[in-house]
Amino acid sequence: MAAPASFVWTRRIVLTLLTGFVLLPVYVMVSSSLKPLQDVSGKFQWIPSGLTVRPYFDIWKTVPLAKYFGNSLIVAGSATVASVIIAVFSAYAVSRYSFRGKRVFTVTVLSTQMFPGILFLLPLFLIYVNIGKSTGIELYGSRGGLILTYLTFSLPFSIWMLIGYFDSIPKDLDEAAKVDGCGPIGALFRVVVPAAVPGIVAVAVYAFMTAWGEVLFASVMTNDSTRTLAVGLQGYATQNDVYWNQVMAASLVVSVPVVAGFLLLQRYLVAGLTAGAVK
Amino acid sequence: MTSTVTADPRVGKSDSGGGRGTGGARRRLPRIPDRIRNGGLPYLLLLPAVLLELLVHLIPMIVGIVMSFRQLTQFFISNWGNAPWTGLDNYSIAVDFDAPIGEALLHSFFVTCVFTFFAVGLSWLFGVAAAIMLQESFKGRGVLRAIFLVPYALPVYAAVITWAFMFQRDNGLVNHVLHDQLGLTDQPSFWLIGDNSFYALLIVSVWKGWPFALLILMAGLQNIPRELYEAASIDGAGIWQQIRKITLPSLRPVNQVLVLVLFLWTFNDFNTPFVLFGRAAPKNADLISLHIYQSSFVTWNFGTGSAMSVLLLLFLLLVTAVYLLVTSRKKKGSGV
Repeated sequence: MAAPASFVWTRRIVLTLLTGFVLLPVYVMVSSSLKPLQDVSGKFQWIPSGLTVRPYFDIWKTVPLAKYFGNSLIVAGSATVASVIIAVFSAYAVSRYSFRGKRVFTVTVLSTQMFPGILFLLPLFLIYVNIGKSTGIELYGSRGGLILTYLTFSLPFSIWMLIGYFDSIPKDLDEAAKVDGCGPIGALFRVVVPAAVPGIVAVAVYAFMTAWGEVLFASVMTNDSTRTLAVGLQGYATQNDVYWNQVMAASLVVSVPVVAGFLLLQRYLVAGLTAGAVK
Repeated sequence: MTSTVTADPRVGKSDSGGGRGTGGARRRLPRIPDRIRNGGLPYLLLLPAVLLELLVHLIPMIVGIVMSFRQLTQFFISNWGNAPWTGLDNYSIAVDFDAPIGEALLHSFFVTCVFTFFAVGLSWLFGVAAAIMLQESFKGRGVLRAIFLVPYALPVYAAVITWAFMFQRDNGLVNHVLHDQLGLTDQPSFWLIGDNSFYALLIVSVWKGWPFALLILMAGLQNIPRELYEAASIDGAGIWQQIRKITLPSLRPVNQVLVLVLFLWTFNDFNTPFVLFGRAAPKNADLISLHIYQSSFVTWNFGTGSAMSVLLLLFLLLVTAVYLLVTSRKKKGSGV
């Protein structure tokens, strides 16, 4: 059925306004990152007077951006891998077995999502410091501590989404695998995981983005050598002279990997949400 | 039969092997209930998640509650177990609305409530509008969908720093458009300090939050059977009527979860005000998370900060419980 003109026109107007709203900062980010310093220090210009790629070279010198980038990659990457593996195991247990405490587990894990981060920031900081003192395992200020923290941030949502996803895979499939000689873990990795790839990809994307974008814990739990992009990027803006063109260039550089990855994989995320969250 | 069970040492241990390779005698055994046959496997699978949740969320939360009953200043940070026990003192300081600390907390709470109401409302509204407009396929739909998800994908600090640049008084885009190009203001306004900061924060928050609503609602729309629309259009219902009578009611269960999640995220949001304003937000945009952070880390009064956090958690629990009660009752009422 062809949509009536009133709908088509409303759609055009609504979608145009929303596109403008969404893309405005993106335009500012891209265009300002190519402007010379005097342009971004004076009145804003829609059309740059001259283009330069200098900011893209300067950003690495003004702050140790490469180091922050590496730290973020290690922290977010490890947190993602660990979070996905742990979520797969948990979701498999909840989806395939009946056991005492199942409901308590899912409700508790989900409700940790609503804790205000500020409530456990300081206690966690103290716990990490005390663990370091008594066992010598450095968690405070180290990448390991941040990885440990971040992987739990995405865990509840990942488990929740994967339970839904695993439930939609017929149990007969893994029963058949067990009859053919697989153990429960064999059935998980040979049957359930391959069938749930879209859900697992979705969960991985979510976990990576959560870790890549976190600010609060990164600003308290890191030191000079473990600082991530979330804190490092503020290095340009807190100086007396703000190099806005470099700030924008750096913002763009740190955004490109996640945005590209997300846009490539967003189909999986929508599919994962449909199977997991909505039902 | 009972003796066979006790005589076979493998029973109860062999479950991880999938129960293969046992003799013919085993087949005559009565079916073992799942709960026993599974043994510890489900618990073993859950163990890593449980340990991590305990370490990072549950134990810190309990420690936080304990801390809220102690006088925890910077002198006791390295040895917080020795901080003097003060009972409910921290709480009475936090809710003494005539004194500066309590008054500031109440103000911040009020600001956060108003802010959350508008931020969640607008994010939901934009999400619903876009989801409905993107439901039917048309040329360019895929591109638009990808564009709309960009704010969701951008790291918070990169996106919010860009907004902070746009809100700069002298070299920002917002004043350039409002003052220089449209002439709406007498002189360039401040956006990141003073009264306008509330609007600046709201715009950034909605910009960042509405794509999540869109994502969830698009997923929800996929579950509406096409036949409903076909039947409705045979009966002569126009597209607007179909949206009102089919789409919106079908989205109700999705909306209920979505609004709750948006509420919790917005109410707890720390990142947006922190990157936009720094450690201390202007009074009109002093969201509660940043306020508590400031009360604990900047003024070094962790006991009072913990008490405030516990009060915040209690408030969120209460709202969530009431919300879940109300929405589940409604569902039962309309479902029959």
